[in-house]
Amino acid sequence: MPRYLWLRIALVAAVIAVSAWYVYPPRQRINLGLDLQGGIHLVLGVELDKALENIVDRVGADIRGALERKGIRAQVARRTPTGLVVQLGSPEAYDEAQRVLADYGTLAQGAADRAAGRIELALKPSEVTRLHDSAVRQALETIRNRVDQFGVAEPTIQRQGENRILIQLPGIQDPARAKALIGKTAVLEFKLLDDQADVQKALQEGPPPGDQILYGRRIDRTTRAETKVPYVVKVPTLLTGDLIQTAEVRISDIGEPYVSVTFNATGARIFGEVTEQNVGKHLAIVLDGNVHSAPVIRERIPSGQAQISGGFTADEARDLAIVLRAGALPAPVQILEERTVGPSLGADSIRKGVVSTVAGALAVVCFMVIYYRLSGVVADLALVLNLLILLACMAGFGATLTLPGIAGIVLTIGMAVDTNILIFERIREEFRLGKTVRAAIDAGFRRAFTTVIDTHVTVVVSGVILYQFGTGPVKGFAVTLMIGIVASLFTAVFFTRLIFDLIYMGRRRLQTLSI
Amino acid sequence: MLQIFVNTRYDFIGKRRWAYLLSLAVTLAGLAHIAWQGGLRYGIDFSGGTLMQVQFQQPVTVEAVRRALDRVQLGDSVIQQFGGPQEHLIRVPAGSGSLEETSRRVTEGLREAGLPGFEVRRLEFVGPQVGRDLQLQAVYAVLAGMAGILIYTAVRFDFRGGVAAIVALLHDVLVSIGAISLTGREMSLPVLAALLTIVGYSINDTIVVFDRIRETRGRGLRKGETLADVINGAINQTLSRTILTSLTVFLVVAVLYLFGGEVLRDFAFALLVGVVTGTYSSVFVAAPIIVDWDAWSHARQRTAKKTVVKAGAQR
Repeated sequence: MPRYLWLRIALVAAVIAVSAWYVYPPRQRINLGLDLQGGIHLVLGVELDKALENIVDRVGADIRGALERKGIRAQVARRTPTGLVVQLGSPEAYDEAQRVLADYGTLAQGAADRAAGRIELALKPSEVTRLHDSAVRQALETIRNRVDQFGVAEPTIQRQGENRILIQLPGIQDPARAKALIGKTAVLEFKLLDDQADVQKALQEGPPPGDQILYGRRIDRTTRAETKVPYVVKVPTLLTGDLIQTAEVRISDIGEPYVSVTFNATGARIFGEVTEQNVGKHLAIVLDGNVHSAPVIRERIPSGQAQISGGFTADEARDLAIVLRAGALPAPVQILEERTVGPSLGADSIRKGVVSTVAGALAVVCFMVIYYRLSGVVADLALVLNLLILLACMAGFGATLTLPGIAGIVLTIGMAVDTNILIFERIREEFRLGKTVRAAIDAGFRRAFTTVIDTHVTVVVSGVILYQFGTGPVKGFAVTLMIGIVASLFTAVFFTRLIFDLIYMGRRRLQTLSI
Repeated sequence: MLQIFVNTRYDFIGKRRWAYLLSLAVTLAGLAHIAWQGGLRYGIDFSGGTLMQVQFQQPVTVEAVRRALDRVQLGDSVIQQFGGPQEHLIRVPAGSGSLEETSRRVTEGLREAGLPGFEVRRLEFVGPQVGRDLQLQAVYAVLAGMAGILIYTAVRFDFRGGVAAIVALLHDVLVSIGAISLTGREMSLPVLAALLTIVGYSINDTIVVFDRIRETRGRGLRKGETLADVINGAINQTLSRTILTSLTVFLVVAVLYLFGGEVLRDFAFALLVGVVTGTYSSVFVAAPIIVDWDAWSHARQRTAKKTVVKAGAQR
């Protein structure tokens, strides 16, 4: 009497039940990859150097302010991505300046020339590492915010390595718009237009001191032709985007979309001051270094509400609002890798995948039945269970099915029966050696087991390496292959043995074996 | 019952010199082709660049597409028919700008040339840095795979078995890569995945044979039996097993090749070649190496003994 028969039957029944529960309904339970669903895959690289430059600039401004408050005149300039030079107006202030600088624990001092009143500073390496990490995390957060507001079902946003961010947006209809939204640095600045300056003169001879030339884009309504319009702008930035509390899209009286911006308390106060002191002047709204618009300040605005308008389409306004709400990226991002799959190709791939799986399974099933007769049928049942467990595991782990993943399923079909072939050939051999049916089955399963384990381990080893190394679709292949092979240990050995025991149970003096 | 290859007595070991020759010839042919072509053709995953899969509403020739691209200075792109006369794969080499720009130029070029309406079904862009990173990782992955298998085999059997297995594996990988080159296919990520799968799978046949060798040796050599006889016997006894397991995998991969679509075709091809050489190398590379190594080390022992005897005699 085979051992633990009822326990084994119960185990198999449990596995079948759990698997079926996880898998049904298959449409919703299985995560489809981008190559089957359509969508966009992006790998962005955060330009860490630029992030550091921004930070060093701010520290420099801070230092200048601190020195000025002690009555020390100084020029602070950024020399390298991580280094500053402090040039004191008068070398006598050297000691005093050093006392001020002592407060800046994140900076280490380099060369210092007391006589010339010149001090070199640089960010400490530990600080640099910390800032790199923080910049990437901040970029990740900002992008996540933006994608959240854009409204994509099940996006993937992950950090990859030191400075890379992986983004996957399935089912996206307009990839160009999504990319623009994600990649916008979105640095918003408010500056004053220099009304006295002569634009043409500035273009030829360079801007007057304290000013800079920035360009705006004007799009002709009818022809949609783009022209670049130069503005002469005063350099100091009066307000920045991080003072914004919220931004919304509104429609003006003439039906044009615009973005209504509300500053936070600090921003509102500064905005009130700026508008009070500059009535009649133009306030340039600069986004990523481009002048968006430069409306006239008609009166003091105490409410902290501003309007950004100028030839927006509804989409453009909405995207700008999203970007202002989510915040600016700490540094520019570069697109390192990009893949877009259209939905028609996705559906096509699924169809081909299903055909291959069915055809492959059919071929193997027929072969097993022809060559191994009843035992072949048992092996085929084990195969069906194997596929069920495989799909259930994928649904359960939330693994993503890709086209190579389907290839992995097809390959599993071929490899899972291998286990049974090894066992059956062994049983046939034992039978030829003259053992009884019972003994042949026993010996076959037992002797073949070590070989079966070996063959499974090797496939898992290469599967693990494939998983570590591959990107999206290839990872999907590694996953289905490994799960399939491990599951086949259960189905091709345990399950098959159970069925054999059930079939040949009562017949003590069995002479022949349908194998 | 239906049986094949039962009680066979082929002399595999005896014929091994021919097998070595064949293996050498095929491997060298592949490598020579690669050298002659100036290296493998790489997909954009490794070389960087932009890939567009375009489907026209009517059949369009490759020349027509090239003429259209010439107008926008992209005439040196690689253009390939992909699965039918209406679908083409356009590959613009790295350095031609971002995906936006390239994609816009290509669509402009195609539209202005008066070609029938088209749909861009797939767009891929890989920056040069990512491509380079991937090349390095690819080499590491293959080496790691082989190392893992070597360690496992050496632990489960013996050191010689491990080395023989690795030589067989190396042979399989090189032949597969050679086949890729000879058939004008490109080395892409899926092809690399196929190679790594071969690394993990082709060892299985070798393990089946080694297991049997170990079992047979376990009962000790019979009178007049040499190691070669034992190994020959082992191969013959496991022949049906080896052939059949490879056959089932070959069957499903052939289905993939025929029905799986263009995207999987190169992948399936690499696997087909790999399965065949995997079986071949277990019988004709790994096993003979064990025989020859054994013979070589015995020959060395004999010479060592002879020198000792000679030295002793001289005294």
